[in-house]
Amino acid sequence: MIASFKIAVRFLKSSRGQTVMIAIGIAIGIAVQIFIGSLIQGLQKSLIDSTIGNAAHITIQQEDNDQLMADYESVIDAVRAADERITYISPVLQQAALIIDGDQTESILIRGFDYKRANPIYAFDSRFVEGRLPAGANEAAIGKELQAELSLSVGDPVDITITGGTKLTYTVSGVFDLKVQSLNKSWFLTTLESAQDQLDKSGLISTIEMQVDDDSVFQVDELAVQLAELPDFSEKKLIQWKEQNEQLLSGLNGQSISSLMIQVFVIVSVVLAIASILAISVLQKSKQIGILKAMGIRNRQASLIFLFQGLILGILGGFLGVALGLGLAYAFTVFARNPDGTPVVALLIEPGFFALSFLIAVVASSLASLIPARRSSRLDPIEVIRNG
Amino acid sequence: MDKIIQLDKVSKIYGTSVKTQVLFDIDLSFDAQSFNAIIGQSGSGKSTLMNIMGTLDRPTSGDVTINGTRTDGMKTNELAALRNQTIGFIFQFHYLLPEFTALENVLMPAVIKYNKPSAETVRRAHELMELVGLEKVKNNLSSKMSGGQQQRTAIARALIMNPQIILADEPTGNLDSDTTQTVYGMMRQINDLYRTTFIIITHDRKIAEMTDRIVEIKDGRINLDVTRSTT
Repeated sequence: MIASFKIAVRFLKSSRGQTVMIAIGIAIGIAVQIFIGSLIQGLQKSLIDSTIGNAAHITIQQEDNDQLMADYESVIDAVRAADERITYISPVLQQAALIIDGDQTESILIRGFDYKRANPIYAFDSRFVEGRLPAGANEAAIGKELQAELSLSVGDPVDITITGGTKLTYTVSGVFDLKVQSLNKSWFLTTLESAQDQLDKSGLISTIEMQVDDDSVFQVDELAVQLAELPDFSEKKLIQWKEQNEQLLSGLNGQSISSLMIQVFVIVSVVLAIASILAISVLQKSKQIGILKAMGIRNRQASLIFLFQGLILGILGGFLGVALGLGLAYAFTVFARNPDGTPVVALLIEPGFFALSFLIAVVASSLASLIPARRSSRLDPIEVIRNG
Repeated sequence: MDKIIQLDKVSKIYGTSVKTQVLFDIDLSFDAQSFNAIIGQSGSGKSTLMNIMGTLDRPTSGDVTINGTRTDGMKTNELAALRNQTIGFIFQFHYLLPEFTALENVLMPAVIKYNKPSAETVRRAHELMELVGLEKVKNNLSSKMSGGQQQRTAIARALIMNPQIILADEPTGNLDSDTTQTVYGMMRQINDLYRTTFIIITHDRKIAEMTDRIVEIKDGRINLDVTRSTT
């Protein structure tokens, strides 16, 4: 085995130009594969992030939409105990209302949050353009679109009308921007106690919203099924983000598959290229193999020479490819930028993916050397000796 | 004296549809430690005979016995091991590996067998290089040497495993007459020194006449077999 390795190394060294060319060929293939993979993964991650990064992943409500939940603290405890993947849980009491300002009517959604529990999900803290979260009984925060429509500022009173015609008055404590126009226009944030109190829904909530950890966002459907089987959940309904974003998901899916296809074909062409170059090198070296066989090299040793060549080329090409891929990715994030200076696409640099690509380079090159290795093993020394 | 190589009724036929018989029922044996020549015109079958004696080729019929072991039932890898340890080859074309230096080429059979040659073997390689007069160029790439140097390197390589038999096919066929004399003298010296059996194939009668036994092959048959009377 060591003899085969020594001979393989010497063969590669003696035709340095060819070796460098093959290694660069592998490297370019792997670099393209890494670049495309990172690009698509980064694209998908940022899409998912902006879609559900600050939204509820799973929502629990009563089967009957109009009904409210009274036993919510015990439900929260049950959910928390049920699965470790659930990271944040927050109860919400919400009700539709109207703001009538002269001849202008805006429909809003009062959302009463327990901000200690809701902040990790929605990151309200960092979303305020002005003022702060509501704290007292009659304070409310509004979105920047609603603020513009009604030309309100922090500290101004605002009158709302709820079903039944009851009028309530709040003071604007702050203006938020959740980056989604419809939410900025309709969400009317109050504290949970204030909402329960003002809406006369003491001890009741409408929904429990929760988020799962980053690695489990795509497992919410399975998780929802699992939660639905908890005791006392028979009259409750679970909604998860995947049901609500089917189009996005099928788009992402298509993207993943096409990216995978490109990666596979790049690797296939790399494998074919290496295989054909190594096959030619068996012809080039057939005289040497014949001599070695006349001197008593065994068939297995003879084929190992080419397997080692493939392995060494794969390792060389793999390292080069990973470096080149990283360089490409880095160049892309540095030079392809939005007008505001943020990268067009934040590439996802995942060590695991790079390691996998490296492994693919090594395995593919070794596989590509199997055919030449077989030919080398079959070569009859007499052919070389007789034909000179 | 012991027979180191014995051929019994060896025939060789090439081709399947158009059959060409090259060797006809050859019965031939060589004594251990002897110094022999096989002569014959080109196409007489002498190279085929050597390839069969060296287990590089298999006879169509008949048996080859090397050092008391029948080779007809042996597998490719067993034959490779037998060649590696028992037989040294010297070809008309030196057949050195151009990627390696002269010394590395000499050590190659040992590398194949042991992966790392022992200090003893390495010392022997240096000795052999000295014996063939190449100690000054032993670290040159074999492709950067003259024809005579390459052939002498091939002789040193043939000897590294201390084989009992050296099969040489036109070892001086590519060399000028002075170098031919040197190479021939060297082979004689090795025969005396290491008691290695030599079978030299040549078409050069002058070379053949310097050996102890001449076997002439003509049209695939033994035409003449003379042994120099030992005085």
